[in-house]
Amino acid sequence: MTWFTEHFSEVLTLTGKHLYLAGVPLVLGLIIAIPLGWLARRHKALYPPLIIGTGLLYTIPSLALFILMPVLIGTRILDPVNVVVAMTIYTVALLVRTVADGLGAVPESVNQSATAMGFNRLRRLFTVELPLAVPVIAAGLRVAAVSNVSIVSVAAIIGVPQLGSLFTDGFRRNFADPIVVGIVACVLLALLFDLVIIGITRLITPWQRIGKVA
Amino acid sequence: MNDIVTWLTDPAHWSGEDGIPARLLEHLVYSSVAVLIAAVVAIPLGLFIGHTGRGRFVVVNLAGAARAIPSLGLLFIAVLLLGPRLSGDAAFLVPCLIVLVVLAVPPILAGAYAGVEEVDPSARDAAKGMGMRPLEVLTEVELPCALPLIFSGLRSGTLQVVATATIAATAGLGGLGRFLIDGLSVRDFPQMAGGAALVALLALAVDLVFAIVQRYAVSPGLTGRTRVRRASEPGPPPDPALQTPA
Repeated sequence: MTWFTEHFSEVLTLTGKHLYLAGVPLVLGLIIAIPLGWLARRHKALYPPLIIGTGLLYTIPSLALFILMPVLIGTRILDPVNVVVAMTIYTVALLVRTVADGLGAVPESVNQSATAMGFNRLRRLFTVELPLAVPVIAAGLRVAAVSNVSIVSVAAIIGVPQLGSLFTDGFRRNFADPIVVGIVACVLLALLFDLVIIGITRLITPWQRIGKVA
Repeated sequence: MNDIVTWLTDPAHWSGEDGIPARLLEHLVYSSVAVLIAAVVAIPLGLFIGHTGRGRFVVVNLAGAARAIPSLGLLFIAVLLLGPRLSGDAAFLVPCLIVLVVLAVPPILAGAYAGVEEVDPSARDAAKGMGMRPLEVLTEVELPCALPLIFSGLRSGTLQVVATATIAATAGLGGLGRFLIDGLSVRDFPQMAGGAALVALLALAVDLVFAIVQRYAVSPGLTGRTRVRRASEPGPPPDPALQTPA
């Protein structure tokens, strides 16, 4: 506990970096996954390659992906961009299927009503299908957020500073305190992401609450 | 890119106890031992929970909470706390294996439990109506029907173990992670990238093996490979192997 109070500002800085490295890919991943998921849903022939292809990306161990990133995108090994791109790939891998499933869960009668009211495809997607798919997408986003926070810490091995640096530091010096602080901070950060996603979901799906009361 | 190919094809890297085949074998041994232990613990427990409905709350929350704990931190703390109490190789091996098993249990448990819980109730009722005893219902109806989800749990558990066994090289374990860690300490980028490529290929190969085993182990009636039930349903069936356990 003394270690934590003495190194409070350092832990805070690392938490900020961790937040950035896990959060930015979450947003980028969602933005990329929405059109891909929509394509997988719309064109039956694209479903298997898109879903299985992105699923395979998730099987690549994180440390391997972090190290291979400079070869693939031509950055330097210590560049934090490697971590952001790698984490975005993982997020997309998890979310394409979720978006496709979420859009698939929208009742066909609702889609037909929107079309009958004269909505074109784009307007129907943004004002009808996506809002109704929010609960399913949010569930997938929560899983992705929590995994991201955990996976980002691995980047400490290649020397990108964030909460994982507390693990490698503590291990090198045979000192448990920073490791415990790091684990607690990671779990709290995951919880924070989770609460934010739940909060936003509640805000943008008011009909869900009304449904539960009635 | 060329450096990686040169490193991978250098015959000197394909022999000896720190050569690619030996490291690959180590990686496979650690991973299979960990998954085997986790499966022996988690599958019967998951089947029991799914069959009786008891302890459901614990499993759902355990699987969620376990995902938030960073495995790197867990690994280091386990080696720091348990290492000094053990001697020789065991000082690294035992704590690493414990962490790998702990990592693999939640997804396997969730797969087994969700698989049994999602069995069509009418199939279960039919089995009871035919006079099957509870254990027969479990082994002859629920278990075969649950296989797709049991496999997907095993699959995601195994992939997590393969990935984390890579990280475990930082905590003194052998395996393919050694190329990444040893390469990093001497700034030998071709070795690091070559090792990373090997790990990625291993993960993809393991995933492929699971997909093939699953294809032949699961009853054709469940995979959608039979044409009878497909006739009225539009579109290809979702690959059950890629479903994340509930």
